[in-house]
Amino acid sequence: MSAWDRFAETFLNGEVLARYLPSILGGVWVTVELSLLIVVAGILLGTALACLRAYRIAPLSLLIVVFADVFRSLPPLVLILMGYFGLPNVGFTLSAFAVLFVILTLTLAAFTEEIVWAGITATPKGQWEAARSTGMGFSQTLVWVVLPQAVRMVIPPLTNRAIAITKMTALGSVIGVPDILNQATTAQSFSGNASPLLLASALYVLLFLPLVIASRRLEARFAWRT
Amino acid sequence: MDQLILQFFNVEVMAKAWPLLLRGLGMTALLCLAVIPLGLLGGLLAALASTSQSRWLRWPTVALIDLFRALPPLVLLIFVYSGLPFTGLQLPPFLAVVIAFLLNNSAYYGEIIRAGLISVPAGQSEAARSTGLTQSQTLIHVVLPQALRNVLPDLISNSVEVVKMTSLASVVSLAELLYSADMARSVTYNASPITLAALIYLILLWPVVRLMSRFQRKIAI
Repeated sequence: MSAWDRFAETFLNGEVLARYLPSILGGVWVTVELSLLIVVAGILLGTALACLRAYRIAPLSLLIVVFADVFRSLPPLVLILMGYFGLPNVGFTLSAFAVLFVILTLTLAAFTEEIVWAGITATPKGQWEAARSTGMGFSQTLVWVVLPQAVRMVIPPLTNRAIAITKMTALGSVIGVPDILNQATTAQSFSGNASPLLLASALYVLLFLPLVIASRRLEARFAWRT
Repeated sequence: MDQLILQFFNVEVMAKAWPLLLRGLGMTALLCLAVIPLGLLGGLLAALASTSQSRWLRWPTVALIDLFRALPPLVLLIFVYSGLPFTGLQLPPFLAVVIAFLLNNSAYYGEIIRAGLISVPAGQSEAARSTGLTQSQTLIHVVLPQALRNVLPDLISNSVEVVKMTSLASVVSLAELLYSADMARSVTYNASPITLAALIYLILLWPVVRLMSRFQRKIAI
């Protein structure tokens, strides 16, 4: 058997791939579903927190800053293990899917809060003053005038962060969420063949490469750095 | 409430796990010392190649950078650690982590340094060349210092992400901080060792995270 044949049999084994394709495709659905849920919930929550912070109510702002700092400082895997193995012992059992969703949503919310807040503070003061002088209230100014400009400014870093955090759904495989990686490692250990892993890697590239390329385009278009 | 404290903040369990966690922290530090400088070096090379004049160097580099930015680090790590042995290349966990992270970090640091290189006006290198500096002298003494300074906050933020990412090494049973904490958890049936590990990460990284937030605000205004 030539070296190529051996390589193909180990990494591109059609028989093994055909057998495990359905379960791995099921994993694709889990990964996509989780990613969409996390992006929507995380960005909404983070933006809401950044808006709340704009009211400058001291105790509330402090809470928001502490939340954002803690979730930006801690490795998500630490929180995932803590939530998954610790919570059941205090009578609070969440499924692996739910734990992963909650932790990654909070992580994305923390980064979003910080990024959107930077956008809000970078919006020129004149925008606030002009809007207020037309008779708009503080909340109206924030939502209709400042936030749209702030969000536009921070789209590139926000996109990069959202991609980085949705890629972390692969961490779910550690606690048994049946995502792409989890299905592939299971298939690999059952079949004793590396093809499922290569397929999983290819699927991740297929899912995320368009996003990475899109974020590169966005960056060029919005020119975040001057 | 008492149960919550007993399960997550059990001082007795924490004290027992402390020596194990300290050893794990040592391994985490060692990993960071290997992975951050290597990633910066790989990133520098990637950045130079992706801004090169030759399209035969530029395009494949950009394609590789995007490929490694699209792959989750854990997928890459598991591929290196448990996929490569099928080719007869069995790597010890530490080496597998270093290789996987080198590929991932080079892509991320590479993008940041590339942005830095682009941010230096062309006049800088033209002026340097016209004073008689060679191309490599221009790069080392004129362009690179400015480029790196311009993206220093991003480089530091990314390094924080790298330190956090070393916790993935626990998945391939490298005895770093999180792995040690999880070992202690499974022996004691108590999550406090993981809380302790979280506190250690927090003490190490929070000051940097806070500093970066203030720094970025200053730039924004």
